[in-house]
Amino acid sequence: MNGEIAAILAMDGIASGAIYVLIGLGLVLIFAVTRVIFVPFGDIAAFTALSLASLETGGRPGTVGLVAVLAILATAVEATALVRNRALHRLPRALLFYLVLPLVPAAAVWFAAGTTLSMPLRIVLSLALVLPIAPLLDRIVFRPIADASVLLLLTVAVALHFALSGLGLMFFGPEGVRTKPLTDTVFDVAGLIVNGQTLLILAASIAFCGLLFLYFEFTIQGKALRATAVNRIGARLVGIRPTSTGTIAYLLASLLAGISGVLIAPVTTIFYDSGFLLGLKAFVGAIIGAMVSYPVTALGAVMVGLLESYTSFWLSAYKEVLVFGLLIPVLLWRSLSFSGTEEEEAEE
Amino acid sequence: MALLSIDQVTVAYDKVEAVRGVSLAIEPGQIVTVIGPNGAGKTTLLGAAIGLLPWRGRMSFDGIDLRRLDVEARIERGFCLVPETRELFGDLSVSDNLLLGGYSRRRDSAGLKQSLTDVYGRFPRLSERRDQKASTLSGGERQMLALGRALMVKPRLLMLDEPSLGLAPIIVREVFRIIASLRELGVSILLVEQNARAALETADFGYVLETGEIVHSGAASALMHDPRVTASYLGGHHDAGLEARGPKRMSGPGGPRSEEGELR
Ligand SMILES: Nc1ncnc2c1ncn2[C@@H]1O[C@H](COP(=O)(O)OP(=O)(O)OP(=O)(O)O)[C@@H](O)[C@H]1O
Ligand SMILES: [Mg+2]
Repeated sequence: MNGEIAAILAMDGIASGAIYVLIGLGLVLIFAVTRVIFVPFGDIAAFTALSLASLETGGRPGTVGLVAVLAILATAVEATALVRNRALHRLPRALLFYLVLPLVPAAAVWFAAGTTLSMPLRIVLSLALVLPIAPLLDRIVFRPIADASVLLLLTVAVALHFALSGLGLMFFGPEGVRTKPLTDTVFDVAGLIVNGQTLLILAASIAFCGLLFLYFEFTIQGKALRATAVNRIGARLVGIRPTSTGTIAYLLASLLAGISGVLIAPVTTIFYDSGFLLGLKAFVGAIIGAMVSYPVTALGAVMVGLLESYTSFWLSAYKEVLVFGLLIPVLLWRSLSFSGTEEEEAEE
Repeated sequence: MALLSIDQVTVAYDKVEAVRGVSLAIEPGQIVTVIGPNGAGKTTLLGAAIGLLPWRGRMSFDGIDLRRLDVEARIERGFCLVPETRELFGDLSVSDNLLLGGYSRRRDSAGLKQSLTDVYGRFPRLSERRDQKASTLSGGERQMLALGRALMVKPRLLMLDEPSLGLAPIIVREVFRIIASLRELGVSILLVEQNARAALETADFGYVLETGEIVHSGAASALMHDPRVTASYLGGHHDAGLEARGPKRMSGPGGPRSEEGELR
């Protein structure tokens, strides 16, 4: 392997790492605020890619049906809860948030089907289509068991992944898709050919990490999210609703996952079930960050990308094996430091 | 009309009833104290009133049935709790803790700024430490932060669970001075204390809770001279009131405090 190949592989690795970074940060965000390890999170990225591809060919994305089904289920769950708590006066609000709002992008896509949309519009529409999925799943599945142990929540999340894969097959079909490149530009950086797509991935990843940081540091909503993560009771006692911050976390994380789906769609063929591996690789990064640290998660995700890139050159058949093999020592190391922090907390 | 009315309220953990048929009322502008030994159910009562624990009976705040309000809705109406465990946001800075205290008023940014200035004026120490993480504060500073954070809610009724817990005497005195001064702002207070003398000196009205039931109640000044109360809670000698108390004992009933009460 010469220097040039090494550099190209590094470039590739960093680019796919940058995609895992976005998904990994979303995973950490959801976990911090809701304590749910949202296993089907990669699916959000994959569904965005599939929606984008479908809009490109003038089709009607399967997401429309998926969101409609979830919105109806969520509305039913919420309405039942309101009836049981004798809080029917909150029904109009519930209908707005669980039925009308999630279906607005779906309806827009429904009516726009067949017309040719510009690329930015297609991207915005696919993001908007996908955004309600995770919050709706939260309402249907996780909110009724919000006080359960992390382990139970994880088990349910795994089950949810299988359910969502089934729905994915039903609504998107078994074909793989690949979208048109976002840009055809090619740069020559110090004799090395770098294509614009790679740079775009990097730029988008860095930009969204920066935005996330600003949101957490400088907005009251962002601080409320952190407060919920640090101390749920404390948050409730100042009037922060963990269910609301949970919804914001799901929306924000879905946006990150959606962006990564848009970025990855032109470079990899995406199937209805591709999300699982994407999510799992991002999860390795998140585990390196102990599910709490955003910067370490980002570093971990880039490491996973690099590892994947180099192993695919040397031992492409073992690429996945090696990446997940890495998970084992990291998990061991992290489980040691995890139990350390728990003891510290117990002492307080 | 009472600001907070608690009527025949029972609170149970699984099968064990920690609070049984308790009734009490707080009028606007009043300071009411609930005293009692370890494990009497004081914290449990406050937890139920703020909506963190399930309860039976009737409770209303400002005429609204508390069954209809969740914790956050209580906070929005100015009914808040500084819990025994404080529940600060350890990873966040002092100023962020205070800012989040005003979360329920986040649309009133001018009012929030004013409240923040007030809190810093009241607790200059917090102002000095404003960029420090809450988890790095000392016990007394944490207590000030917990109080300050609750004041940011702009409370109408503030429930304080053992605000003097683990504080040095000089700071205990300061805390009670602040509690008394809050009355001038029109804040009503429900004060739970084991430091019975200081609590009764500050309050207008008092209740004595023992093993989940109210056993005495009356004007604070009357309770202070009631022999049954002085014997168990005021420990005979006169200056026991504002003494410092050490860190909390581990178990519920039968801790050193209640033993002390029973022996005398
Ligand atoms: N989470 C819980 N589960 C079961 N029992 C509990 C729980 N919390 C408290 N108790 C019990 O309820 C009773 C009342 O406890 P509570 O904490 O309300 O007492 P307290 O008056 O606040 O005491 P202290 O002065 O020690 O703070 C005790 O017997 C305690 O053991
Ligand atoms: Mg207590």
